[in-house]
Formats: sequence, C-alpha cells, structure tokens
Amino acid sequence: MIEINAGFLPLTDSAILIAAKEMGFAENHGIDLNLMRETSWANIRDRLAVGQFEIAHCLAPIPLAANLGLSPFSTKLIAPMALGLGGNAITVSNELFDAISEHTIVDPMNAKDVGLALAKVVETRRLHNQPCLQFGVVHPFSAHNFELRYWLAASNIIPDVDVSITILPPPIMADALNNGQIDGFCVGEPWNSVALSKHCGKIITVKPAIWASSPEKVLAVDEVWANNNPDILHQLIKALYEAAVWCGQSENLSELANILSQSNYLNVTADIIMPGLDNSILTATAEQVETIPRFFEPHAGAATFPWQSHAFWLYSQMVRWGQIEHSSDNIKSVRSTFRPDIYRAALSSLGAIIPTANSKVEGALSVRTPVGAASQSLYLGPDGFFDGKAFDPDQIDSYISEQALPDSKA
Amino acid sequence: MPMLTKMPSVLIIDDNAARASIIDAGLKAAGHDQVTIIQSMDGIAIKIMDIAPDVIVIDIENPNRDMLESVFQISRVVKRPIAMFVDRSDNATMQSAIDAGVSAYVVDGLRQDRVKSILDMAISRFNAYSRLERELEEAKSALQGKKIIDQAKQLIMQARQINEDEAYKLLRKTAMNQSRKITEVAESLVSSASLLGASGKDI
Repeated sequence: MIEINAGFLPLTDSAILIAAKEMGFAENHGIDLNLMRETSWANIRDRLAVGQFEIAHCLAPIPLAANLGLSPFSTKLIAPMALGLGGNAITVSNELFDAISEHTIVDPMNAKDVGLALAKVVETRRLHNQPCLQFGVVHPFSAHNFELRYWLAASNIIPDVDVSITILPPPIMADALNNGQIDGFCVGEPWNSVALSKHCGKIITVKPAIWASSPEKVLAVDEVWANNNPDILHQLIKALYEAAVWCGQSENLSELANILSQSNYLNVTADIIMPGLDNSILTATAEQVETIPRFFEPHAGAATFPWQSHAFWLYSQMVRWGQIEHSSDNIKSVRSTFRPDIYRAALSSLGAIIPTANSKVEGALSVRTPVGAASQSLYLGPDGFFDGKAFDPDQIDSYISEQALPDSKA
Repeated sequence: MPMLTKMPSVLIIDDNAARASIIDAGLKAAGHDQVTIIQSMDGIAIKIMDIAPDVIVIDIENPNRDMLESVFQISRVVKRPIAMFVDRSDNATMQSAIDAGVSAYVVDGLRQDRVKSILDMAISRFNAYSRLERELEEAKSALQGKKIIDQAKQLIMQARQINEDEAYKLLRKTAMNQSRKITEVAESLVSSASLLGASGKDI
C-alpha cells in the first residue's frame, strides 16, 4: 500500500475523494488515502507547496493561479482530473429575495430573468441612495467568484461598481446573511442548504443555470511528485474514477450523504447534504422551476475530464477581473496545467468513456449530444452560458477584448 | 531610537487568547514593543489599516486566512502591499511554521532576517503551547487510566479472591498476551462488568 496525503475542505464536492477511501476504491488500487480536512484554501495551497500533501481537493482556478505566478510559492501544480461539474448556488437574504420577486417569479434555472430583476433592484437602490448590495464568495481564484461576476455583468450589473464582492469563509456565510453583513453569496454545498435550513436566505439561481456543465473543483497534484510517480498517479486516477461512477448512481446517494455527514468529513447532518446530491435544492425555495438539470454531476457527461477549454475560460475571467495580464506565455502555462493526457493514459485500460478532444467550444451544445469518445458513445452537454454567448478557446484573444470592462457605467 | 533600528510592529491574529499572550510575552521579552493582538476578524481590513503592522502572525487553522489574503490584494484598503512570508531559500522554516500551525505575512520590502526572528519566536511559542496542551491532556488521561486500573483491580480481587498485587500482575499479563495497554484491558473489564450488573464504582 502506498500512502497518499490528500487535503480537502468540508464541501459536498469532496465526495469523490471521500468515497474513494470509504468505499475501498483507493485500497483496491494499492493506495492508502490519508484524507486531511483543512480550514482554508490557503492551507491547502501551503501544504501542497511544502510537500505535506501530494494531492488535494482544490478550486479549479488555484492550480492555474499557482502556475501563473500568483501564489507565494514556486511549486507547480497540475490538474489531471476534475472532481465533478456544477454544485454551486447563489443564495440571497429573504429581504432581497422579496425585492427580486417584485419583478419576476423566481425560477433558479432562469438566470436571465432573475438577473434582470436583480438589475432593477440595484437601480432602485441607486435612485434611493441606498448602500451597494454586498455579495460573498469563498476565494478570489474560484469558479464561484467568476460565475457570479459573469452573471452580474451579463445582467448589466457591474461588479465592484454596482455591487461589492467580498471574500468570506463558507461556514460563516449563513450568519453573515442573517446579520445583514452581506445580502447574498455564491458558494458550494452544503452551505446553501445550511442557510436554507436556518431560514435566513433563499436560492435565486444556480451554477448549472449560469453555465451548464461547468467546472468547479479539480484534483490538484504537485507536479514534481506527479512526474516522479506516474504509475501511482494512474492508480489514484483509476480509483477516483471508479469512486465518481459510484457517486453518480442515484441508488448510492443516501449512503454517500451518510458518509459525508461524519464528523471527520463535513460534520453536518445527512438531511442537509442530501438536497445538493439529489437535486431537491433546485426546488427548495423556488417559486417555480421549468427545467431540472443535474445540480451536481460527479460522473456523467465526462464530469471528471479536465477540459482545457474550462481552464482557458477560467483564465479569461482572471484577465477580465484584473487578476493577471493576458500574454502568450500565460496561455502556455494554462495549457500545461490541466492535463487530459494524464487522465486518458490512466484510464485507457479501464474501458472508461473518455472524450477524444482536449478542448471544446463552450456553449456549442444546447442539448445533450453524442460526441466522439474512446471505446463507447459519450453524451455531452448542454454546456451553454445563460446569455447565449459561446467561448471558443481558439478565439480567446477576441473573447478577452470583447469582455474588457467599460470605464464607467453610462 | 533611530529609524533604522526600530523594531518591526507585529499584529497577532489568534482567537486563542492564551496562546496569543504567550507569543506576545515572548516578543516583548525579545524587545518588540509594538505588538497588537486581535481575536475577532470583524472589520479586519479597517483594523489592519489603523494598526499598519509590518508583520502579521496568524494561527494557520483560522478559516479567515482566505479573506485576510484577499484584503492584502486590495491595495486601496491596505496602503502598503503585504505578502505571505515565504523564504524560498529556507523551506525548512516554512515546514516548521506549518507544522507548528503558524502563518506569517510581511510588508513587502521588509528585510527577511528581521522577520525570521519574529517567525521563529512564533513557531517556538506555538510549539510550546501545543506541548503544554498535550501534557495537560496526557496528565488527564493518566489520571483517568489510574482510576480505571484501580476499578479493574477491585473487580479481579473480588471475583478471584486475590490480593491487589496479584490482581495487578494478572491485568499486566493479560495485556502483554493480547499486546494491549493495561488501561485498555482494564477499560474492557470495567465496561463488561458494568454490563453484567457489577459496577466497578460500587465496589
């Protein structure tokens, strides 16, 4: 047995790592997965950097940020696997929910109408000289931050001008909403369901509505360790893939919720975790819901494939919000961070369903579509953005320049 | 004192008041006269702006580290750029800081040798505090273990009609045969006895 030290944060999308250990998938591949719960992404980054963790459950943009030189450490990280798609929601205070409801019937899957309604609320507040709405996200380098900003900007609300966005640790989001410190937040589960259970907020929209089949967490791996231990990494990816298949089967969800609820993992009750797994979160506080996609997808639709187009989109948003300057060197760095080649090499012997392309045009598939894949037929999508715009990673320069911010609101 | 030799000002963020005060005491003993302790993260950006520390020491388990780092990135809130203390030539210090549970941030441009002594002090005081906690825990469990062994001895003495010394030897022999600790054997005996109706405490 080979011991691998893995860091994770107590979030529902750590499910694949936890199931790999608890359901014996890691052990079957000769791996003793030593899971260590952390309290911040900064700790995950630090412990990966000094070699205390070989791998970690990680926000998808963090390995990109590390390799782009935005981390204090020089340690390079790679993402040879994703840990599922979707899984976040935007929850607002009951007051703000009521204000939005004056303009639309809140359907969390209709990000467009909810966004337009929020824009009207923001405009009304501005006319009445009321303070800016405050939103919380968990980290500057997070899909939460980028999808919230994308949704706001596409709804004609300029982040940092019309609304403020601050960083808060997930466990205090619900209380911060309750005491009026923030008006809303974008976080992963179980923290939306925690706020709902305390009756201090309601969900207005969700990640799959803003961008269907979108990336969230990845498996971050110390690049030097990966290069020195290619076989062990392959065994690990196999174990995690099998765990993802298991997590994706609906008959296993209640067992999964029970495992995640343990005090050494999420330490919240299974009934709070379940809505994020079985989709009932989508209807929890909605006034109506037209379409029901998978809220959090651990396996189907190549949910663990590290698409380079996902990495490039995240990078485009880092540029958009001033975290880094766009350059051809940075593009190279992004390309070498997400590693579909390692994923494919690890899983080829397993008969897994693997896309043959490394990248795709995000937003090209409006419905579930069969695409080219090794060994079996693979269905992908829908993968569109709510505003109907597509992202072609080959056209990233023009995408970035089109998204450049206006100096001020007219 | 001339400006050049002025000691850097230090801000300690730790919700553990006891630990914060022993770091404070250590730094003051080393001649640091500008040390501030904050326990709550409420309004942290404003507090940091007011205190304008050269060095910030924070408990690594504090879930607000991500928030704190984002505050440093927003230059209009904090006038002087603050970065995480990472001396790339000294990975061992970073390792021991993380092991001890300390993280440090410094104002950019501050000489690393002046910061390192502060970080070293924080590391040793964090370790000393953990050691104290561990010793206290061990003392507690040793006391608990002694109580359990006494109860088990009483049960054996009563059941077998033997003296205390013989009862202890029997316990020790059983533990050795089963490769378990004496307290573990004593614990199982006491709990089985209480299940069977005989309470070790009543004897």
